Amino acid sequence: MLFTSYAFIAFVLVLLVLYYAVPKRFQKIVLFCGNVFFYFLSGWTNLIYLGVTILSTYTAGVLCGKNQSAQKEYLKAHKEDLDREAKKAFKAKEKNKRKLIIGLAIVLNVAILTVVKLPAQFGLVMPMGISFYTLMSLGYLLDIYWEKQTPEKNLFRYALFVSYFPQLVQGPISRFSELTETLYKEQAFDWKNIYFGFYRVLWGFFKKLVIADRLATAISTISGDFETYNGSYIFLEMFLYTIQLYADFSGGIDITIGVSEMLGIHVTENFIRPYFSKSLKEYWRRWHITMSTWFRDYLFYPISITKTMQNFSKFLRKHFGDRIGKRLPVYVASFIVWFVTGIWHGTTSNFIVWGIVNYVILMVSEELEPLYEKFHEKVIPADHKAWRFVMVLRTFTMLCFLKLFDCYVSAGQVFKAYASAFTFRHFGEMVNGGWLNLGLSGLDYLIAGLGSLTILIVSLVQRKESVRIQLSRKPFALQALVCGSLFVATLIFGAYGMGYDASQFIYNRF
Amino acid sequence: MKKSVILRRVIAVGLVLFILLYLLQRLFVPKYITGIVEGAFVSEYYREENKDFDVIFVGDCEVYENFSPIALWEEYGINSYIRGSAQQYIWQSYYLLEDTLRYHKPKVVVFNIQSLQYDESQSEAYNRMTLEGMKWSSAKVGSINASMTEDEHFIEYVFPLLRYHDRWKELTSDDVNYMFKTKPITFNGYYMRTDVKAAGDIPEGRPMEDYSFGDKAWEYMDKIRLLCEENEIELVLIKAPSLYPYWYEQYESQVEDYAAKYNLTYINLLEHQDETKVDYNTDTYDGGLHMNLSGAEKLSHFIGPVLLEHGAPDRRDDEELSRVWEKEIARYNEAAGK
Repeated sequence: MLFTSYAFIAFVLVLLVLYYAVPKRFQKIVLFCGNVFFYFLSGWTNLIYLGVTILSTYTAGVLCGKNQSAQKEYLKAHKEDLDREAKKAFKAKEKNKRKLIIGLAIVLNVAILTVVKLPAQFGLVMPMGISFYTLMSLGYLLDIYWEKQTPEKNLFRYALFVSYFPQLVQGPISRFSELTETLYKEQAFDWKNIYFGFYRVLWGFFKKLVIADRLATAISTISGDFETYNGSYIFLEMFLYTIQLYADFSGGIDITIGVSEMLGIHVTENFIRPYFSKSLKEYWRRWHITMSTWFRDYLFYPISITKTMQNFSKFLRKHFGDRIGKRLPVYVASFIVWFVTGIWHGTTSNFIVWGIVNYVILMVSEELEPLYEKFHEKVIPADHKAWRFVMVLRTFTMLCFLKLFDCYVSAGQVFKAYASAFTFRHFGEMVNGGWLNLGLSGLDYLIAGLGSLTILIVSLVQRKESVRIQLSRKPFALQALVCGSLFVATLIFGAYGMGYDASQFIYNRF
Repeated sequence: MKKSVILRRVIAVGLVLFILLYLLQRLFVPKYITGIVEGAFVSEYYREENKDFDVIFVGDCEVYENFSPIALWEEYGINSYIRGSAQQYIWQSYYLLEDTLRYHKPKVVVFNIQSLQYDESQSEAYNRMTLEGMKWSSAKVGSINASMTEDEHFIEYVFPLLRYHDRWKELTSDDVNYMFKTKPITFNGYYMRTDVKAAGDIPEGRPMEDYSFGDKAWEYMDKIRLLCEENEIELVLIKAPSLYPYWYEQYESQVEDYAAKYNLTYINLLEHQDETKVDYNTDTYDGGLHMNLSGAEKLSHFIGPVLLEHGAPDRRDDEELSRVWEKEIARYNEAAGK
């Protein structure tokens, strides 16, 4: 079920009515039924994948938790009988058991995810949201293993967390402790939640329908016919796709957060104005935040503290000095993280190379940091307004190039497109009307441009405080006018209905 | 904030939004005044003050361009109306008939069997031109459900703004001028054309793998027949004398068998050229596909006695009805340049 389909709107309306109409103790049942129904519509077989993940990670979590409790009880009961060495040996033995339990569940789920992510020619259809709920479940398991999280004993409650429908389409990748704080609560009907949630959903629809889906036509025309649309068209493609992806992905997350807000459930933010970033490093702290932090917490840190990595660090320090001994292990761990991040997005070469290119840029920036500092000392301070603006533009341009990896199915094609772009072929043709032959009229570009400008203005305004909160302090008539205008603009200028292909959310593919 | 204040605000915003959306919807829906006018036909029926028609024609362009109710009135005193629309599918004809019966019960229904060859709707645009003009009733709901193609959504019929929102790029002065009221296009459902384009060489139809009409088409043919039987209406089946799309012999025999089985009158006007005196050099405006005014009046002259024979009365004695027709005749003559 697409977020931007009539069916989804009807589904949410019915769910909201039922959710608040039933006695509060039944709200979770209503929500769970909604989750199953929502997922069932994407294909009943997908429920099997979801079920396997829920059951395997739940069982592993419970077993791990039981083992931890048993260990504690045993140690308590034998406090006097065991010496330090015996306690240590017992702990190590139990930890290995837990490692085995958690390891098996991780291997099973990663194997499923890897298999379904194989390229299309293997004939497997990727179940909706599997990348997201798998990471959520594995994060939960690892937190139990590291004793940061107590296992959820109630299967129904755990299943409610993993299957929570708004985030099945494209995330965010929620943490158990964060999401369940409000997910498991009984919710009283609150107009404010409905109003704020509705606003957020509307904003998401605006981004997705008015901008992202409108631009999709031109982008697919260029990427679908490289023989005709090469040279300068590639620059246009990069630029449009960079705007489209943000409008599409952040629009989808807005819908997820807004629907959740209407249900009284708090979902983590996934974007903080990423295109205002002054470097790629900063960008990855502001774009798809839940994914970046997931890989940091559950892959980068664990790899960095493995015995092998520590030994490697020691070896380097001994033979090459402190600087290399400190940095190289970090770079190795980062490489693994970016390689896996690439694969997580897709197993085709374009995604793998995309991950590596991100890694290379980040590492080179890291190495050049001392040079930058000298430059800022002598030429212009890093926090100078003009310099910040230049850096934002530079990062945005870099992102335009990086995002081209999404537009083609192999790294070879992407590099061919880069090479073609710098020949500046078709430049005259493109500016003299070629841009109007990509399935969009001048008015379409104007609407997409005005829509993007609206996003820019909203982003600038929200730096101080959420726009909804700022608006809520304004007179009611103004609030109604803004909300009504957004609604009517989306309704009229949205690229939906007959004549438009209902576009999947781009991040739904990953 | 008090609940009552919130509720008042929600109602106020809802009301303003409702009015705004209604106005936008009126602005954005196609008006069918110039260019493609066929979408205006179905709704014109509801404007008729006196709907006591004795004969109702249902079908596609082969009825609304080929028979003139004005000629039928003037020559035979037959009070008729054509509920025709472009590419009207047989299920749409059925539901239009059902819709018509909500207002009056005719004595004769003339159905053009051309649409039997379609078992599924072919295009959303044609669906829209028939369905949008219908007033809301169970017949309209049924017709929409029977007609929708894979990409269509019922809700877009309920709120056409969802379908036509993208027309902001192509709005014209017609959309403003005819936002609330449109002008009549047809004459009791007859779409008049006075231009002439003689028929040229008509190629033979291409051989087909299967000439059988589909199950859905037959299902609705039965429904039309049964509806007429239940309401004691005489059903007359016709095939208009259009030279193309090609009417295969295999089609003809299926209709003949059906008519014989249920004792229905079936007239294939392609086989009555001598009696109708249709001249394909002067009586068609598009090379033999549709009749122009001259052709339509000839066919009306031919079909009139058939209708009288099946129970349509001559009502020229009805003074009130004659007055209604006088107005329509004046408009008709003016348009025809008579």
